[in-house]
Amino acid sequence: MECIYLDNAATTKVAPEVFEVMKPYLIEEYANPSSAYRFAGQTSGKVDEARKTIADFIGANENEIYFTSGGSEADNWAIKGVADALSAKGKHIITTKIEHHAVLHTCEYLEKHGYEVTYLEVDEYGLVDPAKFEAAIRPDTILASVMFANNEIGTIEPIAELGKIAHEHGVVFHTDAVQAFGHVRINVDEMNIDLLSASAHKLNGPKGVGLLYLRKGTNVTTLIHGGSQERGRRAGTTNSAGIIGFGKAVELADARLEANHEYETKLRNKLIERVTAEIPYVKFNGHPEKRLSNNTNFCFRFIEGESLLIMLDQNKICASSGSACTSGSLDPSHVLLAIGLPHEIAHGSIRFTLSAETTEEEIDYTVEALKKIVERLRSMSPLYEDFVKKNKA
Amino acid sequence: MSQVTEYSEKVLDHFTNPRNVGEIENAAGVGTVGNAKCGDIMRMYLDIDENQIVREAKFKTFGCGAAVATSSMATELVKGKTVQEALLVTNKAVMEALDGLPPVKVHCSLLAEEAIHAALWDYAEKNNITIEGLKPPVNDIDETEKFYKMETE
Repeated sequence: MECIYLDNAATTKVAPEVFEVMKPYLIEEYANPSSAYRFAGQTSGKVDEARKTIADFIGANENEIYFTSGGSEADNWAIKGVADALSAKGKHIITTKIEHHAVLHTCEYLEKHGYEVTYLEVDEYGLVDPAKFEAAIRPDTILASVMFANNEIGTIEPIAELGKIAHEHGVVFHTDAVQAFGHVRINVDEMNIDLLSASAHKLNGPKGVGLLYLRKGTNVTTLIHGGSQERGRRAGTTNSAGIIGFGKAVELADARLEANHEYETKLRNKLIERVTAEIPYVKFNGHPEKRLSNNTNFCFRFIEGESLLIMLDQNKICASSGSACTSGSLDPSHVLLAIGLPHEIAHGSIRFTLSAETTEEEIDYTVEALKKIVERLRSMSPLYEDFVKKNKA
Repeated sequence: MSQVTEYSEKVLDHFTNPRNVGEIENAAGVGTVGNAKCGDIMRMYLDIDENQIVREAKFKTFGCGAAVATSSMATELVKGKTVQEALLVTNKAVMEALDGLPPVKVHCSLLAEEAIHAALWDYAEKNNITIEGLKPPVNDIDETEKFYKMETE
């Protein structure tokens, strides 16, 4: 289907170069890299190359990279693994109210198993306050997990500073970098990161492969038990094609990062400027500067997000919403509520996430479509009717 | 799961081309139900003649695709009916007329039924009559007040 794809935070297209390097490892060099015969040797070598490329990209050692099935597994492993390994030291974990559900639900699970979790508030932009972070640390705090960049509103957290504070107090520091990885320069040493989760499909790699960076010496128990893959710490047949594709995606991201950042930022700012200037009663969400180069998030007052999404879809525009109706729950996005939006405004949220392939024409088309859709939905909205009447009175 | 592909053709049709959107000035009965906090508000306007027949029905809805479609269908179903008949337009009837709703959207059809009842209640009160079997509506839109107070940006 031909469409304007503005949902790159959900997933991205596999880059043709990535697909090309993967192909031989699906249909020709399909051997299990753990096998003894020579047929397996080449695959094993390529997996190691990918591991090296990825390790170099974040300033890590290749022995600190563990491949997983994706970001959610990496988050589960990091949090459950540290909690389990350090339970004798303490049972307190610090995280934030705006984490991805892979972190939040893992923490909630641990709460049912005797752990205590502090969910830090964020400010109106979605930023964690380092002073509040430090104040939350207790003698029994074993782990802090703060996302690198938020998936809904794109806000980039002060990770280096938070990591430094965590280390000063002997607290292990994990960051869910699924949205940032490949889009923002990350150095695990400079940023004081002990564990980092990432996923290939957010940077034009394949779905079903991710990683956990695990700083050497960090105490973590195993999540997936079984065979001795990943140096005995993560069982399961090596996803060779996926990992090799991930390696290529990182190589491309590394080469294009600054150029993509500049290009996307320009388009992103254009979208933000046009929408906020040309559509009344819009709330722009997230930090104006400390945000991912491809992320925009708006609330259109008096209308509901799912209605907007369907109409955008009818205009062949793919976006996403934090409205309750799109999550299957009664509450709108926990992130939008955490930045202080009332429920009724959070219901009208829309996220557009760009890519390096997004064009200026697509942005202009989207704004024009949006203007018509918002006007149409407002003409149907009893809230808008009341608002207009009240303003007249 | 994709929201759009889960909806029936009829739901999408009534969402894309909603019937009877708008207001009726000095309507015989107006009912507003739902809660902005939960993301759904329906307002139904009914024009009812001296023979207690619904001559016209209009609506405005803040909500998802299913909320708009059920409002639209509800207005279609009550038009031309007597007040007593309109009372029998249940959420089930609205759902069936739309060829079904995804399970998470069933509450939208309940809201449509409530909107009809609320508008009929308003009509009955204004005219000081009793409609057999009609219960007072649940007024649950207090949250809207807060909504207006949000400063305009």
